Amino acid sequence: MSAAQVLRFAVAGLSANKLRSALTMLGILIGVGSVILVVAVGNGSSQSVQNAISSLGASSITVLHTEGSAAGSTSSTTAFAEPQNLTVQDAEALAAAPGVTAVSPVVDTSETLSIGGTSDTDVSITGTYPAYLASENDTLSAGADFTTQQVNSAANVVILGSEAASDLFGTANPIGGSVLVDGIPFTVVGVLASKGSSGLGSADNTAIAPLTSVQDQLTGFGSLDDVIVQAKSSGQVDTVEGEITAILNQRHDETAADEDFEVLSASSILSTASSASSTFTVLLAAIAAISLLVGGIGITNIMLVTVTERTREIGIRKAIGATPGVILAQFITEATLLSLIGGVLGVVVGVLGTRFQIDGVKPVVVSFSIPLALGFSVLVGLIFGGFPANRAAGMRPADALRYE
Amino acid sequence: MTSAPYPVIRLESVVKVYGAGQAAVQALRGVSLDVAERDYVAIMGASGSGKSTMMNIIGCLDVPTEGKFLIDGIDTGYLDEQQLAVVRNRKIGFVFQSFNLIPRMAALHNVELPLSYRGVKHAERRSRAEAALHLVGLADRMNSQPKQLSGGQQQRVAVARALVTNPSLILADEPTGNLDSKASRDLMGVFDQLNAAGRTIVLITHEADVAAHAKRVIQVQDGRIVADRRVAAPDVLPPLLTQQAVSS
Repeated sequence: MSAAQVLRFAVAGLSANKLRSALTMLGILIGVGSVILVVAVGNGSSQSVQNAISSLGASSITVLHTEGSAAGSTSSTTAFAEPQNLTVQDAEALAAAPGVTAVSPVVDTSETLSIGGTSDTDVSITGTYPAYLASENDTLSAGADFTTQQVNSAANVVILGSEAASDLFGTANPIGGSVLVDGIPFTVVGVLASKGSSGLGSADNTAIAPLTSVQDQLTGFGSLDDVIVQAKSSGQVDTVEGEITAILNQRHDETAADEDFEVLSASSILSTASSASSTFTVLLAAIAAISLLVGGIGITNIMLVTVTERTREIGIRKAIGATPGVILAQFITEATLLSLIGGVLGVVVGVLGTRFQIDGVKPVVVSFSIPLALGFSVLVGLIFGGFPANRAAGMRPADALRYE
Repeated sequence: MTSAPYPVIRLESVVKVYGAGQAAVQALRGVSLDVAERDYVAIMGASGSGKSTMMNIIGCLDVPTEGKFLIDGIDTGYLDEQQLAVVRNRKIGFVFQSFNLIPRMAALHNVELPLSYRGVKHAERRSRAEAALHLVGLADRMNSQPKQLSGGQQQRVAVARALVTNPSLILADEPTGNLDSKASRDLMGVFDQLNAAGRTIVLITHEADVAAHAKRVIQVQDGRIVADRRVAAPDVLPPLLTQQAVSS
């Protein structure tokens, strides 16, 4: 009995009841297809988050102002340290550190922009220094950056994000135009190139203005929200992070336990974000794997029916000399063929599905997910087909022949 | 004509009990029987007499509870299911009452099947199956599926399948039970020819005119052999063929 003949008998067995075989395959198809698709969507979204974060610039470091940690002082003899403001002076001090090329103190606020009352739009406004654009990898599609002199004189000038610009000015040229920010006129000096969606909301519905004018007109002179520090190179980021922590701790008279700031680099954000998205991917893939398991149970079910239906045929085959091993091989091959064909079709459907954008995410197929899902589907056929096949192989020929 | 060292089949005090304890049923109560090479034996009995149990034991489809069953000198009591399958494949050709062809499989492939299980190569399998179908007069229906064939034709495919492995014994269980009288006569004619050509045949039947084809008629009743009538010697032509030869 050659393997080719076992295969031929199995194909004949499956094609005897095509609808039933097709429906059983569908269970595996859905399981394998969804595993591949879900893993691809998870991978795609984690890549888009990574792209968004790395577009911040590999060598830029963000110092965030926080409320400080109260837990740090439980055993300490010193009193609770009041969180101190992150100030422009802090930023200037950081600029003096050896690995730092530029600092951009930042205040963030959200305001309504309008031109003469007809159209208005809510945008997030960043007040900062000219170096901000380079640190954030922002580029201008029109106009120019504001100058350090304009910062010093608190000039009312603004750079619009591409979406904010088109919302307010439509197709007209915004450069030189006047925009009312919370009713205060600002002159548009530049428009940013579009950055697209980062998966975290539009990155284009923004405006950037000199730090001094934003504090003057909009936010007041409280703490900075953060300071963007530009390291000399991406290789020096770790060193510079240490320098920043040391300088700020010294200036704020703090220890590591009660810091009122947080230092984030692109790489540290990246690792946090990718670990979060991989957790989601694993969760979703587990759910998809459960559907594969359900498909496998479908195989067991249908093979049990098949074995019962073909009891007499099994009896005949045994009477004319089929050994238990041959019968076992035939039915296991049938089950495995079901799951393998279902698995291959599932890969095709899954890969086709990744060509579409799903909820704003472009799925990226993870190459190892294909052999993994296929291998798993074959395993499902072997395991879930094994029990019915074993039942067929163990039938007593005299009883099987008598079966009506 | 030299006689074989062993009888083709030998039953020694075979007892077969189904069930256990109170519910135990003795289907065979000590049956001893030798069947020689080239013999043509009809086993007759009413339903419930134990003849189907005998057929299962002779066919290696079931094993005796007590006693011994030997085929070509091989004691089947020492064989496992795997080895019994090989014995069935090599030593026995089955013909059943309900034909028992595999559905959706052409006549030729049905006949090839026992050779497949034996591992015979494709070309040889094909030519032997074609020869066997030719012998039963179905050379023109090789590619027909069972449901496209009449009962008589299906039973002749089954006979071809039984022949194709060149077995020591052809074992037929009520082979004419589902056939009309014309098809029955044709089929029994095929059996007579096979026996004349040297095949050993055991027929299980309850019809006297079927048993009339055999050289030896055994009556079974309540699990015992109650009569064993020899009509003709094993190495002569079967009785009905002899009559035809005389009358023509």
